[in-house]
Amino acid sequence: MQSGTPTYTRNIDQVNAQERVTKLFSRSIKKESKIVALNTVLRMIDLTTLEGKDSQGKVKQLCYKAAHLHDQFSNLPNVAAICVYPPMVPVAKKALNGTGINVASVATAFPSGMTSLDTKLEEVKTVVAAGADEVDMVISRGKFLQGEYDWVSDEIAKVKEACGEAHLKVILESGELVTLDNVRLASDLAMAAGADFIKTSTGKVSPAATPSVVLIMLEAIRDFYKQTGKKIGMKPAGGVSKAKLAVQYLVMVRETLGQDWLSPDLFRFGASSLANDVIMQIVKQSTGVYQSTNYFSID
Amino acid sequence: MNKRINIQKTYKLYIDGKFLRTESARYIKWQDSKETTQVNVCRSSRKDFRNAVVAARNAVNGWSSRTAYNRGQILYRIAEILEGRREQFMAELTLQGSAKKQAEKEIDQSVDRLIYYSGWADKYMQIFSRVNPVAMPYFNFSYPEATGVVAATAPEESSLLGLVSIIAPIILGGNTLVILASESRPLCSITFAEVLHTSDVPGGVMNILTGYRSELLEHFSTHMDVNAILYCGSDQEEIRLVESNSALNVKRPVVYPDQDWSKEKAQGPYHIMKTQEIKTIWHPIGV
Amino acid sequence: MKTEVKTLDFNTDWEYSPALESTDHIHIQEPTDLFISGEFIPGVRGKYFETINPANEEKIANVAEAEKADVDLAVKAARKAYDNVWSKMKPTERGKYIFRIARLIQERAREFAVIESLDGGKPIRESRDVDVPLSAAHFFYYAGWADKLEYAFPGRDAHPVGVAGQIIPWNFPLLMAAWKLAPALATGNTVVLKPAETTPLTAMKLAEIIQECDLPPGVVNIINGGGNTGQALVEHADVDKIAFTGSTEVGKFIMKTVVGTGKKYTLELGGKAANILFDDAPVDQAVEGIVNGIFFNQGHVCCAGSRLFVQENIAENVISKLKERMETLIVGDPLDKNTDIGAINSKIQLDKIKMYVDIGQKEGGSIFQSPCSLPKMGYWHAPTLFTDVSQSHRIVQEEIFGPVLAIQTFRTVDEVIMKANNTPYGLSGGVWTDKGSKIFSLSKKIRAGVIWANTFNKFDPSAPFGGYKESGLGREGGVEGLMPYVNLV
Repeated sequence: MQSGTPTYTRNIDQVNAQERVTKLFSRSIKKESKIVALNTVLRMIDLTTLEGKDSQGKVKQLCYKAAHLHDQFSNLPNVAAICVYPPMVPVAKKALNGTGINVASVATAFPSGMTSLDTKLEEVKTVVAAGADEVDMVISRGKFLQGEYDWVSDEIAKVKEACGEAHLKVILESGELVTLDNVRLASDLAMAAGADFIKTSTGKVSPAATPSVVLIMLEAIRDFYKQTGKKIGMKPAGGVSKAKLAVQYLVMVRETLGQDWLSPDLFRFGASSLANDVIMQIVKQSTGVYQSTNYFSID
Repeated sequence: MNKRINIQKTYKLYIDGKFLRTESARYIKWQDSKETTQVNVCRSSRKDFRNAVVAARNAVNGWSSRTAYNRGQILYRIAEILEGRREQFMAELTLQGSAKKQAEKEIDQSVDRLIYYSGWADKYMQIFSRVNPVAMPYFNFSYPEATGVVAATAPEESSLLGLVSIIAPIILGGNTLVILASESRPLCSITFAEVLHTSDVPGGVMNILTGYRSELLEHFSTHMDVNAILYCGSDQEEIRLVESNSALNVKRPVVYPDQDWSKEKAQGPYHIMKTQEIKTIWHPIGV
Repeated sequence: MKTEVKTLDFNTDWEYSPALESTDHIHIQEPTDLFISGEFIPGVRGKYFETINPANEEKIANVAEAEKADVDLAVKAARKAYDNVWSKMKPTERGKYIFRIARLIQERAREFAVIESLDGGKPIRESRDVDVPLSAAHFFYYAGWADKLEYAFPGRDAHPVGVAGQIIPWNFPLLMAAWKLAPALATGNTVVLKPAETTPLTAMKLAEIIQECDLPPGVVNIINGGGNTGQALVEHADVDKIAFTGSTEVGKFIMKTVVGTGKKYTLELGGKAANILFDDAPVDQAVEGIVNGIFFNQGHVCCAGSRLFVQENIAENVISKLKERMETLIVGDPLDKNTDIGAINSKIQLDKIKMYVDIGQKEGGSIFQSPCSLPKMGYWHAPTLFTDVSQSHRIVQEEIFGPVLAIQTFRTVDEVIMKANNTPYGLSGGVWTDKGSKIFSLSKKIRAGVIWANTFNKFDPSAPFGGYKESGLGREGGVEGLMPYVNLV
């Protein structure tokens, strides 16, 4: 088997995959290991606002929150990035100046991806020029389901090229792909075509990230690493609003990929309300007392 | 006089896991034979029935996908709750005209019948499934699946035991149900809905209506989204109506004539099979 | 061009803190006496033995030992209860008692799980999530059969056999008790049950529940002891039927012992199952299935997938993934919720496993073991696999009953079927492939009582379980599980 040629896996057993998930999720993370995990989760969050009604004001407030998660508690880490729609990139860039927090922008007609390739590439170049550190693209699900895998790969490769220095996350939209077989195939295609990260969903379609989808994508990354030596990152997005689930995903990462992926360089959470739930848990661990949302700023 | 005034119960319908009044806001005045107690029972309309069928349809995929073990556990729980509510049913059964001893026996048998059917949940499939030795290299097996949404009319006279005897085998088999209570003895059916509601039965699986058969039977038997209809009674005209209307969408018509529900033969696995379809699957054997 | 091996580092900075299940809510009787005729009584001669915690070698409790006279008392109690009470009771009412047992197990679930792990060494996660719920489910399933036997055997009336003597092993103490008691009671028999001597405690907890649910005295009697106690039970003239789960060696002994007595018997004995991986199998899920097949319950499983057959063209990849997967198996304190592999049940068993691992190496097999640290006190063994072994090696032929996997490659379907069947055992087998027709073809050709396709070690009260050939005779679970406990007329 040649090194560098990815092999395409077409058969995932759904029931077994779910059982593996159940076993991983039965891990009991307590005490010191819980505190470490919660802090790690915080550092991995892409704090996200992707609504039609987003405005400059909204984005500025979110950026402030990103850098001031809960000042009342010392030594809380910052989140990894802010994720916004393209027109908001300049606003976010300015607001986050000096914080070390990245600006990620969605692009390629997020969330549907239903427009011409030229329009998509134009959009990517625009956000990169505006200073986006990371670009989150969507694959063409219709083309994928039609079986035009080369077309899908080609699109990803072209977007990667347009990204220049920016990192590319490729969103599979697993909810529309439906089967784990499709998720695995799409993951393999995306990585071979140049993705730096593979991401589960836009968060606009239900179901978004599900545990078995995340597991299959991590296993795809594992095989790709073994075959090519390249480490690709992973990002579950949507459906992760509770700290407990986020920690369970960390367990999944740890036992599937190990040390290197337990870092914001290779693992992110696409979430909006997760951050506060994590902070609440951190404070609870520290004080021993269950918390109320009243004491944690929204943004 | 310091007599305490008690609070009188409102008998609502049970649709989609909620207790609602009939959308028509009509009522039937029900009285016990001694005319001491008066209850305004809901007079269901065809729209209530329509809404109940929608609820039953929404619930059937989830309900039939549950494990047999789970359905059996739920039926066992219904029995537990019913056992605990003896006093309430005693009061209603005697109000509806049963003698005290008769009522006690009816409650005993109703609980036992639920336990009986609970025990069938994870077994009837084994009795009625087969591996068929076809004369070709195929693995061939047949097994029963739930028919779907069932509409039913409850036995007139046996308002608790008869009701349970109809309901249990239907929902045990993974079907969901809309049932019209006895006209002459409607109280137990609504109180039984309360038992269902507190027994982990998901909303929409069981829907209980009160009203006039003469108004509703036409709709029960013609609804295109109902898969089977169970009629309890011996009125030949009503039976002919049900059987004839069933032809519209090839509903499975099942008739239970008036009978003594306390007899052994009133329970059994063949009652479950009345609302089951047999699925046969073929698969090649080879490398 | 040199292809460097890409490795993953599972020895992460982030470690799991201990997550110990609390034990302050459990209660163990000290001493734990015999349960005869509805009462807890000491043995006639007051003998006791110790049951220890294999994770730390500490004594948990003194347990009354049943000698011949006690066995006799128990059988007499069972006979009396059968003649006077149980056989006369309406089947529906018998069923209700069994439902009560199921319910009470569910209510006291955590206590059972903790005691099971303390006494036997299996991880709390397993006893909590598998052993206890399945035990309750067995009682639920069979409770329902009590008044429905007319449907179980077409054309026949089912009558109870009378008094059943039941001997169970130490690998699933509570679950094996459930597997034995439930169908016996449901079919109208009374019972004398002898748990394994290293794991008596959950059966005695079950005795408490039996007391709590008001089961008529003598219907279930539970007595403890070793081989002598078991032998006395098997030889007792007034026992109508023997049910035994344990080693093939003892099973054969029982067969010989009951000759001429008219006693019915069922035997559930050892195994050396073939787990077969085809090149079209879902690989990551299959690797998980291999791990579940041999390392689950520390390999103390009669139906363990202890012989792996992997198609040669994928062998390197599969074995590499398997070794990697073994790195994240956590061996440790059974009471820690994160433990995957618990303690070996006894010193005797540990010595046996070590002996075989030694033999395997001497025979020329290549050994690989999980890089895990083992606690100092207690009985522990790292998950182990051997490659470069074949059907002629002893460790491939003989049952080790521990976390030791023997791996062979195969080239064709015919070859692997022949090798899978090339054993005196026939309890279970596994087939991993994406192709449905191959599943049905292999399932037909493998001579074993349970075939798991694209899964392994799955149990359900409604599914019959039992072996071909020297793995035993008779079935437990399902409708077939009723048969050993009835006379069909």
